[in-house]
This record gives sequence, C-alpha cells and structure tokens, in this order.
Amino acid sequence: MSSRRSRSRQSAASMITDDQINDLVSKLHQLLPEIRNRCSDKVSATRVLQETCSYIRSLHREVDDLSERLSELLDNTDSTQASIIRSLLMQ
Amino acid sequence: MASSTLIPNPVTNNTDRARDSSKRRKRKKIQRQSSGNGRDQSSQNLNNSNEPISPWKSDVQQQLYSSKLLQALRQVRQSSATSIKPPRRGRAVHEAADRVLAVTAKGRTRWSRAILTNKLKLKFMRSNRKQRGMVATATGNSRLKKPRVSISRLKMKNLPAVQKKTRVLGGLVPGCRKQSLPVVLEEATDYIPALEMQVRAMTALVNLLSGGSSSTSVSGAGNLGHFSFSRPPPNL
Repeated sequence: MSSRRSRSRQSAASMITDDQINDLVSKLHQLLPEIRNRCSDKVSATRVLQETCSYIRSLHREVDDLSERLSELLDNTDSTQASIIRSLLMQ
Repeated sequence: MASSTLIPNPVTNNTDRARDSSKRRKRKKIQRQSSGNGRDQSSQNLNNSNEPISPWKSDVQQQLYSSKLLQALRQVRQSSATSIKPPRRGRAVHEAADRVLAVTAKGRTRWSRAILTNKLKLKFMRSNRKQRGMVATATGNSRLKKPRVSISRLKMKNLPAVQKKTRVLGGLVPGCRKQSLPVVLEEATDYIPALEMQVRAMTALVNLLSGGSSSTSVSGAGNLGHFSFSRPPPNL
C-alpha cells in the first residue's frame, strides 16, 4: 500500500516493533492482580488483554458501588463535617 | 573496544529500557513529591527492585485527589439537592469522581483528556455551539489524530482475536475506542493504577463519612491506615 511506504519515511519513532508491543504487554501484565502471583514468563497477549478487560470492568463496578454509597452518605452529613474532613485530609 | 559500547552497563539489575523508564518515573516522582521523600525515593529506586512503578501509588496523589473530590462532591450535592433522583445521583457522583481523576492526571494521558473533553462536548452541544467544541477537541485531539504509530512486521498481533480484544479494551478505557494496540496498551497501563487509586481514595472517604472506626483496620485496605491516619487528628 502506498500509505505504508509514505509512513515508513517518517522518523523511526513512529514504527512500533514487535519488541515494543511485547514490552507494553508485559508492563500491563505486571499490573494485573491475578497473574502477578504466578511468575509466568511467557504471557500471551490475548490472555493479558482478556484479564485487563475484566479487571477494568471490575474496577468500574467497584467505583460505581462506591459512588452509590457516597451519594447516600452525602445526604446524611452536613457540609461542616465535609469541610472538617477536607482540612484533615489536606494536612 | 567497540563492543563495550553495545554491552549495557551492569550497574543495576534492570535492562536499558527499564532503567530509562525508571529514570523517567523517578524524575516524575521527585517533581511531584516533597524534597525529603524525593531523596529517599531516588536512593531506593536504584537499589530496590520493588520501587513504586507509578505516581498513582503515592500518598500525595491520593490526598490531592481526595481533597479535589470532596470539593466536587459538595458541588454535586448542592446542585442536585432536588433535581436529581437518588438512582441518578450515584451516576453523577461517579462522573464527578472520573472528572477529578482526569484533572489529577494533569491531562498527560489520552484517557484523561478524553474524559475532560467529553464534558465540554456535552456542555456545548446543548447550546448548539459546535465551533467551540471543535476547538476543544482540536487542542486535545490534534496530537492524537496524527498517525504516530504504524504497526509493521507483526506476526501474531494481526490475529483477529487480538484485534477484537483490542477493540473491547479500547471501549473500556475512555478515549481509546478506535486506537491501535500499542496506544491502547499504553493508556491502559496508566489507567489501571489511576482507577486503583480512585478506589482507594473513595473507600477511605466512605469509611470516614460512615463512622470512622473501621478505617483504622488493616484487613483489606492496608493503604488506608497510612493514608489518613499517619498523623494524629487535630482537636476538633
């Protein structure tokens, strides 16, 4: 494709190699909680992507749950308590 | 000898790339933390292999986020006293929390810019001023749309399975819906620690607001004890 040829004239930084992708995949793999316990050298990109998707979904659910609880709690507390907490946190 | 320049200097156990990236992160950490902490971190980063790998794990970031979150939540409370019914309010709180997270990220990542520009887009689409919205996206996305990466010489990564999962993951991370694999991977690598910090901060906040006695327990939230009770609270 001519577009690929024109892209290859750009600087070397724009070409992503397999190594860089593997590097990114392994970095992401380090962040995942389940796989961290088993030290597996060979990680398949598919597996990492799958685990990442489910982990992000579970984090979203957790934040959803926490925001529900926060919104309920905001009813019950008055603003003075919130400002006290804020000054406590900012120390 | 000429070959000596090719052999990486065996100062640390890390590889060249890891050393570069750890230097970059070390610089970022020193800029963000106080000087006392920075000195400790810089000495630790060279020797320990379990250095904190992202600024999202620092306490300073979490406290910054929590204070901004409190401000945003008070605004949400004031503006939604009667207008939003309870089922929606959780959603409003979640959106405010995401927005504060994006602000704390200082707009250095694609997902944080996408979260912030989404709010702008919604605001301006309502008043039908699409021009302003375009300017906002131009400043935020002009760099993003440049063909910065081209995937070449990938054998396995052209599999349809990988492509499909990339699309799914791109849909989960804000602003990465149609991005290529390396971009999505990089964004996810920053987004996940940010989400974890968001969970930690909101959990601590919930515990504080709902009594405070459970926040000193170390059961599943060891960070929380360090987070807000490292110093004795002042006499209120």
